[in-house]
Parts: sequence; structure tokens; C-alpha cells
Amino acid sequence: MSLSLKVEFSGGLELLFSNQRSHKLSVPALVPKTYGETSSETKPADITFLIHHLRDNLLKERVELFMENGTVRPGILVLVNDTDWELEGEGEYPLKEGDEIVFISTLHGG
Amino acid sequence: MPPRTCALCATNRAMLKRPKTGQQICRDCFFYVFETEVHNTITQSNLFKPGDRVAIGASGGKDSTVLAYVMKVLNERYEYGLDLFLLSIDEGITGYRDDSLETVKRNQQQYSMPLKILSYDELYGWTMDAIVSQVGKKNNCTFCGVFRRQALDRGAAMLGVDHIVTGHNADDIAETVLMNIMRGDIARLGRCTCICTQGEDTIKRSKPFKYAYEKEIVMYAYFKKLDYFSTECIYSPDAYRGHARVFLKDLEAARPSAIIDIIHSGEAFEIRDDVKATQKVQQTCKRCGYMSSNDLCKACTLLEGLERGMGNSGITDRARKKLDAEGPAPDNLRTIPFYHLPSSAAAAIAVETATS
Repeated sequence: MSLSLKVEFSGGLELLFSNQRSHKLSVPALVPKTYGETSSETKPADITFLIHHLRDNLLKERVELFMENGTVRPGILVLVNDTDWELEGEGEYPLKEGDEIVFISTLHGG
Repeated sequence: MPPRTCALCATNRAMLKRPKTGQQICRDCFFYVFETEVHNTITQSNLFKPGDRVAIGASGGKDSTVLAYVMKVLNERYEYGLDLFLLSIDEGITGYRDDSLETVKRNQQQYSMPLKILSYDELYGWTMDAIVSQVGKKNNCTFCGVFRRQALDRGAAMLGVDHIVTGHNADDIAETVLMNIMRGDIARLGRCTCICTQGEDTIKRSKPFKYAYEKEIVMYAYFKKLDYFSTECIYSPDAYRGHARVFLKDLEAARPSAIIDIIHSGEAFEIRDDVKATQKVQQTCKRCGYMSSNDLCKACTLLEGLERGMGNSGITDRARKKLDAEGPAPDNLRTIPFYHLPSSAAAAIAVETATS
């Protein structure tokens, strides 16, 4: 079982991802409880998983501009189907088929 | 998780958590409160009067793009009676500013506002590309910052405007408060939280987004699908500001009100009289007429160093001594055109030449 997602990067973040704003990808519906560990314990794929997955599969450069302490770097906004992820449980939001996740950097010049 | 309803209209689904208040609100209420807060900032500080000519300092980035849009909305909604202009400075950075200026040109069409672009090359005879090729990437931000500040005033004078508004937001101001504390720059600490700087005798400069969080500006641009440019400058970023920025973002992650709290702290500082007494009096530059706290303004000092092939003489004391040892500035030195404050007559001529 897997979930297909649409992921978008903007505000300059796309520069870390092959300068491509929109990406379609699929992730497993169930993932290990701790990222990268192959244990029998699983959980439904959530945004924390997605962030790690993007780092290891799509990110091309300068990981420190995307992630810090197991989540996105402060100053990066995350939207789940156009809603602020702070209203959706942040990293613990369980991904659903067809979700659109947007990452926007606020750190680039005004 | 069941969808939450908006704390303000109690009807629509909440889509955003406000960093300032923690309120969960819907898209339409967000537009309304964001615009209304900027309007309140403008009216409570009496920033404008009807008939004012106002230039929006436009870089093509998120803040100034949202500012241009919101200024247009508010000017129409509340009948401010302002003549709005876009003013852009072309620093001459290939692959960065030339692209962002394309965004400003689209904004000019989208918002139907006249646009004036003034370049460093035109004003100083130097592009940032040329400056970096002489001074390297270490101190180039000093040149860019000093030159931009003066270029904005001069561009504004050419447009004959009374007032420049810039897109500086709450995060920028909190960052500047921190930087000034860390550098012990008391003069700047005292004025960096002012919504409007510069006195009666020069063009006013103000920050209508003083209390607007960067997060909300970016969300506003996203929801309104505004067209902005977001590439990092290709020359090394201001490292010191970078540290302050990362520190502030970490504070915000722990406690979102930190940003507004730092601004309030900055506003509440009172500078002791005996500290104030050591600060330099403002005068005008003997060479170009721009305001200055020394005989020569910072831009003229930097330009002289560039022209004499010693760009860093405006930066370090050692390089300055070396320059001085070579004697006074030659008579044929390239200088910045003399700065005249816009009176209405002079302004009309300037606008004609600007559009020709």
C-alpha cells in the first residue's frame, strides 16, 4: 500500500530541490516508527516521515537549509492542503492519499 | 482531527494559526485582519495625508510585493488619496537583480503603478558586479547597503515624492534590535524601532509592516497568489544579520510572541542623556549634499576608495591611512551628483528627465 502525494517547494526552497517547484511522489502508507530503522513496529506515514523521505530522496544540496533537529528548519512554513500545518498536528499529521504538502521558505530576502 | 472553525467568524474552516495571537482563523478573516492591522498602523501613526506622493521601495521580493498590493487595496478602500509609485534600485547584480526587476515590472502592470528604476551604475558609475570584482565578497554588503539607502532617497527625489515606504516587517525590526544591542550601536538602537524615520527636512521613510509577521506576509502572498521573486543574493549574505535571524527564528519557534516582544523592548529603551551627548550631529556631506554625520557621507567615502583603486579604504582604518598617505582626492575624481531636496518645481523637472 502506498500514498500518492503532491509536494511543492517555494520561497527559494525549490533551489535545494533541483530548482523544481512541484513534485509528484508516492510514499508507503505504513512506515517504521523510527525513521531509517527496520523494526516490526510501524506507524501510518506522517509529515515527519515525509520530511526525512524528501531529504533522502529529493534534496540535492545544503541539507542544513531544509532540516534541523528532525523537522524543518525554523522559518519554513508547511501547508497541508492549503492549511497551516500548525492546525493539523504539525509533524504528526497522518498523510492521506492525494494530499498536497507545500513547503515555503520565509528566509529569503524581502 | 475534526476541522476547526475560525475564531473570528465562527463559520469557515480555520486555515492559519496567527503567530502573534495564537488565534486560528479562516482565509477571508485573515485577509481582513492583516489588512486592517496595517491600516491601523498607518492611521495611528498619521503616516500620510491626502495628496501625498508615496514611493514603495520595490525589490520584487515577498515583503515589497505584498506591501505594494496592500497599499493599493488600503488606498482605495479607505480613500487615503495617495499617489503611489514603485521605486526600484538596480544594484547591477547579474543573475539576481536583473531577474527580480522583471518581477517588479510585472507588478507595475498588475497594480498599474508608475515605476522608476535607478541603477548604481547611473548614480555611482559602479555596478555591484564591478565593486565585487575590486573588493571581493567580504565587505561588499557594506557598499550595497550604503549605496542602496542613498539611491532610494535620490530616486524618490527624482519622482518628487514626499514619502518612501519599505517592506520591513516585524521580524526584520526585531532582528535589527538584536543586532544593535549586540554591536552596542546605541544611536541605531534608539531609532531602529521608529515607524517613521527622518525629520521635516528630508523625504520621510516609513515601515507600514512594522508589526506584520513575516509568516503572515508569506501566507498572504501565498493565498493571494502574488507574484514575487525569492532567490538569495549571489554575493555573500550579511553574516552578522544571518546569525541574528537564525537566533530569532529559534526564539519564535519556542514562543511566537518573541518577535513582537523584542520590538516592544526596543521601543521602551530610553537612551541616557550623557550617552546621547556623545552622538554625532547630523550635517550634510561637503561633496554631495546628502545627509551625513561626517564631512563626507559614507557613500562618498566608499566611492572615493573605489575610484582610487582602494575599495577597502572605506571599511578598515588601515586601508584608510594608506589612502590618506597618497594625498588628497584628485580634482577629477568621479563624484555623486549633488543632492537637492525635492521642492515641487525641481521635482517636476526631475520626473520629466526620469521618464525620458
